[in-house]
Amino acid sequence: MSGFDLRKQVPNVVVWLLLLTMPLWMNAVGGYTQLGTQVVVMGLAAMSLNFLLGYTGVLSFGHAAYFGLGAYGVGMTIRYLVPSTGIGMLVGTGVGALAAAIIGPMIVRLRGVYFAMVTIAFAQVFYFVAFRWNHVTGGDDGLTNWTREPINFGFATLHIEQDPVTFYYFVLAIFAVAVAVMALLLQSPFGRTLIAIRENERRTRFLGINVNFHIWASWLISCTFMALSGTLYALLNNFVDPRALYWTQSGVFVIMCVLGGMRSFWGPLVGAAIYVVLQDYLSSATPNWMSFIGLVFVVAVLFFPRGVLGIFRRKSVE
Amino acid sequence: MMTQLILFNIANGLIIGAFYALMAIGLSLIMSLSDVINFAHGGFLAVGAYIAYTLSPYIGFWGGLVVAPVLTALLGLIVEKFLISRVYGRDPLYSLLLTFGLAFILEDGTRMIWGAQSVPYAVPNWLMSPLSSQYFFLTGYRLLMIALVAIAVGGLFWVMNKTRLGLRIRAGTLDLETVSVLGVNVRVLRNLNFGIGIYLAGLAGVLAAGQLGLQPTIGASLIMPSFVAIIIGGLGSLLGTLLGGLLIGVASALTSVFVPSGTEAVMYVMMALVLLVRPQGLLGEEGRF
Repeated sequence: MSGFDLRKQVPNVVVWLLLLTMPLWMNAVGGYTQLGTQVVVMGLAAMSLNFLLGYTGVLSFGHAAYFGLGAYGVGMTIRYLVPSTGIGMLVGTGVGALAAAIIGPMIVRLRGVYFAMVTIAFAQVFYFVAFRWNHVTGGDDGLTNWTREPINFGFATLHIEQDPVTFYYFVLAIFAVAVAVMALLLQSPFGRTLIAIRENERRTRFLGINVNFHIWASWLISCTFMALSGTLYALLNNFVDPRALYWTQSGVFVIMCVLGGMRSFWGPLVGAAIYVVLQDYLSSATPNWMSFIGLVFVVAVLFFPRGVLGIFRRKSVE
Repeated sequence: MMTQLILFNIANGLIIGAFYALMAIGLSLIMSLSDVINFAHGGFLAVGAYIAYTLSPYIGFWGGLVVAPVLTALLGLIVEKFLISRVYGRDPLYSLLLTFGLAFILEDGTRMIWGAQSVPYAVPNWLMSPLSSQYFFLTGYRLLMIALVAIAVGGLFWVMNKTRLGLRIRAGTLDLETVSVLGVNVRVLRNLNFGIGIYLAGLAGVLAAGQLGLQPTIGASLIMPSFVAIIIGGLGSLLGTLLGGLLIGVASALTSVFVPSGTEAVMYVMMALVLLVRPQGLLGEEGRF
């Protein structure tokens, strides 16, 4: 590891300053606190996907399934089992991780577009379960009649149920822990191995590394954090519907990574911010927002394949 | 009565399976040669159906059946030439996102032009009446569909196995670089191959419009089962893909009799089983993926 370089810390400082002060300036620039919360939640989802996509080089197009499992997990726990936000989040994240752990061995042998196709097909199973099992999940109308509960720590109670700013900082705290864990994992020998697999799978295999196991582990970690972000998404809206699991949602997570830049740690967060704000604006401005979002995909692929942060990075190299 | 019900559902399953197969074969052709998952395939299917709907008052049902898939294929050739061909050779991620964006644009575009509501697609009356009172589900239209799908698939197999174009496509799926070095214009080859795939999507669209009703999401509901058909049949094997499509069509139709809520789930269970036991698919070659 190289020594501590102050200049390398600049992006981290900027990102955290912006995130920590968000409720202070969001309204002034024409947004609202919930929009900021949505950026953080989607940012965590995109960064979780990027753990697999950008750092392991494995092309998953079915991550919405684990996002949705987390979301339904927390919603159904609070509605049917115990009115506790904490337990709900544990259940949601656990269910997502369990599903990923089971599906993983069936797909780690596959590569490239074939991997993408199989992940997307598996993701549809969960969509149809949510859609068809309507007396439990609410079907197409979504899961309603539940709200996030205040969190009791014993010595104090955190009232996240009403005040959007309190909820924002709650989400940000979870985001911070999740992102820190991912950053530590990526800097560990395990994380370096993942990057080696991305750069040259065959060479890594010849070094005696069990590539399929590492891809499975990366997939599991990625899906687990995805499920965690899904629980936050459900808590934010006090609502889940099957669209959170639909295959187009998986594509949206991928485009967030590409928009921001897959090769940089914060890239997916930037991409998520761009996407969430753009969609928020377009869906209220035009009934044809789908065409514009489609156009964003096409333009990003043809003209900005390295993402927004990629442009900066290339300039700084020149 | 029970046998009739089961026969009825098998017939239904074969028909829907034929749609899956037509779509899946096109997807599989494009995926094998160009390494592109064409998410916009469903969008092209819908465009084909709407073109037939728009033209048939002027040129009749049969005219639409002939012309619409050709026009759809032309659109496909243009899209491939100006957009998709630009991401060949880059990480497959980019082609996925590109066709994903195109799928959004095509679906929203058809909704903008023809409206979100389902529109009636007129099929000649004599085709829609049952051929026998006992087997009420056998209409002329359904037989026509089966026949056309059989002709289309047979024609494709003939092209792939007996013509120079087919030979080059098959060689290209194995080693595109060598084919290129041997003097084949790979750009044109990929372009034509994409056109063939889209032609099949357009044909499926016209046929589906008469059977399933026509709305902008008609393609989106057929694309996922097509992926499953490819995975079950084996990527790279057109015969396998055909088999996979028919198999999941019949399986979900039969499941709908006994366990209605499992209609969609059954094909994914089959897919998981195939991946566990035979990851390359029923007729796929080992070691290609």
